[in-house]
Amino acid sequence: MKIIACIKQVPEKDTRFEINPQGTWIQEQELTFEINECDVYALEEALRLKEKHGGEVVLLSLGGESAEKTMRRGLALGADRGILILAARDQTTDPFTVARALLTQVRLEQPDLVLTGVRSDDQAFSQTGTLLAELLGWPHATIVMKIDWEAGAGRLTIQRELEAGLLEEVSLPFPAVLTIQQGINQVRYPSLKGIMAARKKELRRVNWAATGVSGDRKIAIEKLVFPKSDKKSEIIGGTPRDAAATLVEKMKKEMKIL
Amino acid sequence: MQLGAPHPERWNVSDLILFLVEHGGGRTRPLTWECLAFVQGLALELSRKVIGVVLGNNIDSVCAEVAAAKVQEIWKVSAPELETYNPDCFSAALCQIIKPAEPYAFAFAHTYRTIDFAPKLAAALNVGFISDITRYRIDGGRPVFTKSVFHDKLAAEVSFCAAPPHLLSIQIGSFPGDAAQREGRAPVQEKPVNLAGVPDRRRMLQIIQAMKNQVDLSRAQIIVAVGRGIGKQENLKVAQELAAALGAEIGASRPIVDMEWLPRDRQIGSSGQTVAPRVYFAIGISGAIQHIVGMKNSAFVVAINKDPNAPIFKVANYGIVGDLFEVVPALTQAVKQQKGNG
Ligand SMILES: Cc1cc2nc3c(=O)[nH]c(=O)nc-3n(C[C@H](O)[C@H](O)[C@H](O)COP(=O)(O)OP(=O)(O)OC[C@H]3O[C@@H](n4cnc5c(N)ncnc54)[C@H](O)[C@@H]3O)c2cc1C
Repeated sequence: MKIIACIKQVPEKDTRFEINPQGTWIQEQELTFEINECDVYALEEALRLKEKHGGEVVLLSLGGESAEKTMRRGLALGADRGILILAARDQTTDPFTVARALLTQVRLEQPDLVLTGVRSDDQAFSQTGTLLAELLGWPHATIVMKIDWEAGAGRLTIQRELEAGLLEEVSLPFPAVLTIQQGINQVRYPSLKGIMAARKKELRRVNWAATGVSGDRKIAIEKLVFPKSDKKSEIIGGTPRDAAATLVEKMKKEMKIL
Repeated sequence: MQLGAPHPERWNVSDLILFLVEHGGGRTRPLTWECLAFVQGLALELSRKVIGVVLGNNIDSVCAEVAAAKVQEIWKVSAPELETYNPDCFSAALCQIIKPAEPYAFAFAHTYRTIDFAPKLAAALNVGFISDITRYRIDGGRPVFTKSVFHDKLAAEVSFCAAPPHLLSIQIGSFPGDAAQREGRAPVQEKPVNLAGVPDRRRMLQIIQAMKNQVDLSRAQIIVAVGRGIGKQENLKVAQELAAALGAEIGASRPIVDMEWLPRDRQIGSSGQTVAPRVYFAIGISGAIQHIVGMKNSAFVVAINKDPNAPIFKVANYGIVGDLFEVVPALTQAVKQQKGNG
């Protein structure tokens, strides 16, 4: 089974953000990046499918030159090779443009499966994987928590998450696109051997112009702002001991649980 | 674009704003009214008309229910293929509705189902989709939508570059349903769709309960919930000690369960349990919407977080800004002391 795992580079979770002077995006210079959380689970799932059924795992990413670092991490985890579509900031904010660029490489590679994360930790539109499926004309499923495939079968059985602790089990033929939910598996960490091997694995760069994707965007992020603070909490100050004492008073008199 | 030069191929975009009626078991779901509140506001500001679209099979009672709200019309889209959800049929049906109507916009609630089919619909129609909207403003006649980005630490203002129809989805809880104008009497129009040619690809097999040997947290009086801020599995004991002192149940945000530090039936939120205790302690939890929907009906919420801008402080009654490893043990100590005295 040949699988493309789409991964995106995003700032680390604990980042304190600054907005750039134009107000259009974050200041990226000093930040550390990681692979988008759901995408790590998607890659892990791809690796497990390969380990079980054989085949190849190809990483596909769209981003700046700096994305090489997270691509190498993906290769260290066990992906066989990578494709990095080099794109400027403007080309990465519209999910439609991103999906069209990914499409060009998926068409060339002709995999059996494309796995993406459910959403990105930066823009969180939750669109790219499903847009890609429709552009390919392939079936898809989102928020996937389990993938079963019996070797040789023409269909996959998958479980996708629904609200309130329910799962929907569906079957679909492939090739297909699945958007993977965090928690589907327990992810691995790269071994030293994996890290060494990753340095030599193929990482193919594709220039934006070579994709032939036009710059006509469907939507655009105009501005980033700090969220309006509609804080409702009464903040209890003081040392931890003082704060605890105040809170215990409230637990007694107002909340009436003590 | 709406106010710019008319788009050559789409000169006759109508003045309609459509929205999808959420329903189940022959009744509308409360999300319908959130979506209606949103489109009514947008329609008022942009001088457009609101139409509710009901998709399904045997949906007369749902149509009647929404027709009694303040809308221009209800469009009934009924077909046996729409009885159980399938993205191919849903998308095909909506394509057949949207193409001839050329609405200005079509709005959805940002549910797990919307995540599943709305981007597909956007690609099929070759239009833009702004998802998970929490606010909007009109800027020179043009709507600009706000959505949260970077785990709610920042908000993005997003607009359409492509011509209408515009697809929109609203975050649950952002446009309160009680603001919807519910009095009216609208005609119900049948809109036939032909789904015979839709490929039979994805088949629904069954609905499964994800949580086995379920701990029922919905009746708990006090819940101490931990999030990623706890850092390591060994650190859970910090929260467990507080829970023991209070006689509380332990709950968790999703990442804690994803890492298998606690079992799945401890997860609180849209994919987990919905709780409404007397007091809910959120410890090292940022307060993502998927978590909030599971605990917002708690009588009291106490948040302990080192980030003063964490969104959890928007829902908490009391907050302590600080390192949970200092605050929580101090609190456990104080509770024990109080109980000793009592
Ligand atoms: C389809 C879908 C369904 C989902 N369903 C759910 C669901 O059911 N339930 C759920 O919870 N999530 C769900 N999520 C995930 C959700 O979006 C968030 O990612 C998740 O809730 C974040 O968990 P968290 O607050 O523990 O982690 P983070 O967002 O990482 O927050 C950690 C917090 O801890 C604080 N912190 C760190 N260290 C300390 C310290 N020493 N002292 C004090 N504070 C500290 C930080 O300031 C931060 O605010 C879902 C997501 C998707 C896409």
